[in-house]
Amino acid sequence: MDTLALLFYTFAFVLVYAGFRVITAKSPVTAVLHLVLAFASASCVWMLLQAEFLAISLVLVYVGAVMVLFLFVVMMLDINSDSVRQGFWKHFPAAGLIGVVIALEMSFVLTRGFDLPVAKAMPPEVAALPNAKALGIDLYTNYLFPVQVAAVILLVGIIAAIALTLRKRKDAHFQKPAEQVRVKKADRLRVHKVAAVVEAPAAEADANKQAGGQA
Amino acid sequence: MTSITLGHYLSLGAILFTMSIIGIFMNRKNLIVLLMAIELMLLAVNLNFVAFSHYLGDMAGQVFVFFILTVAAAESAIGLAILVLVFRNRLAINVSDLDTLKG
Repeated sequence: MDTLALLFYTFAFVLVYAGFRVITAKSPVTAVLHLVLAFASASCVWMLLQAEFLAISLVLVYVGAVMVLFLFVVMMLDINSDSVRQGFWKHFPAAGLIGVVIALEMSFVLTRGFDLPVAKAMPPEVAALPNAKALGIDLYTNYLFPVQVAAVILLVGIIAAIALTLRKRKDAHFQKPAEQVRVKKADRLRVHKVAAVVEAPAAEADANKQAGGQA
Repeated sequence: MTSITLGHYLSLGAILFTMSIIGIFMNRKNLIVLLMAIELMLLAVNLNFVAFSHYLGDMAGQVFVFFILTVAAAESAIGLAILVLVFRNRLAINVSDLDTLKG
């Protein structure tokens, strides 16, 4: 067994173990941390496949950004891990059956066709370049439109995530400068027509009071 | 040359994929682990793409992995936002509670 095979089996074992712990961990934080381990070892496996750029971007994008996002969300939510685990083994028969079926199908396919012992060489113009450069040239010449579409998808992701979770404060007071500038006299000043009240003359009232006193 | 063939990498991807499908079936109460299992499935598919790209001598597989990573990042961001909203409104992340659309 050569070094490459030893490295492959090591990383593959770590990857499978981490994946197993992700789906069986009691606490979500443990699951997220094992997912980080899974991504790290997967990037090591990709290094063995000479895909350096993708391996590094897997570590940067996934371990650095997406998994941290997961971790934040897990810490933000107050999850009762006992109620979440209820019925975990109840689904095992169906899950195991489907898993066995998929494993059988995949092993049937894999043992028939794909036993390529030696890697075909890349085309000479690609093989002369480092992996990142070759990938970049390929992306920005042959796949320019998909790159733009991917950028738009990321923009949609940003806007959707912000719009979904944005919460306006109910107790905050805001000024709206546009409405303040646009205000007219009629919005602020109201003139009421009030009917004049005519009071009775004071002398007549006094005379009435005296007359009442004598009677 | 090395004794590791394409079949080794494909088997690793298949094991990972099967495991995450079983995980999806067993973690029916926990939306977070469900999302993580989906990420794991995407990782298995990407592993297959990279392995094919290496063994067939074609860069197209790696380009496709690049796009899958992009879409998966956007998907997990939106998924987590929806998850936060679900928790805010229901104070639980049980998947079987989310049956409002059921007739």
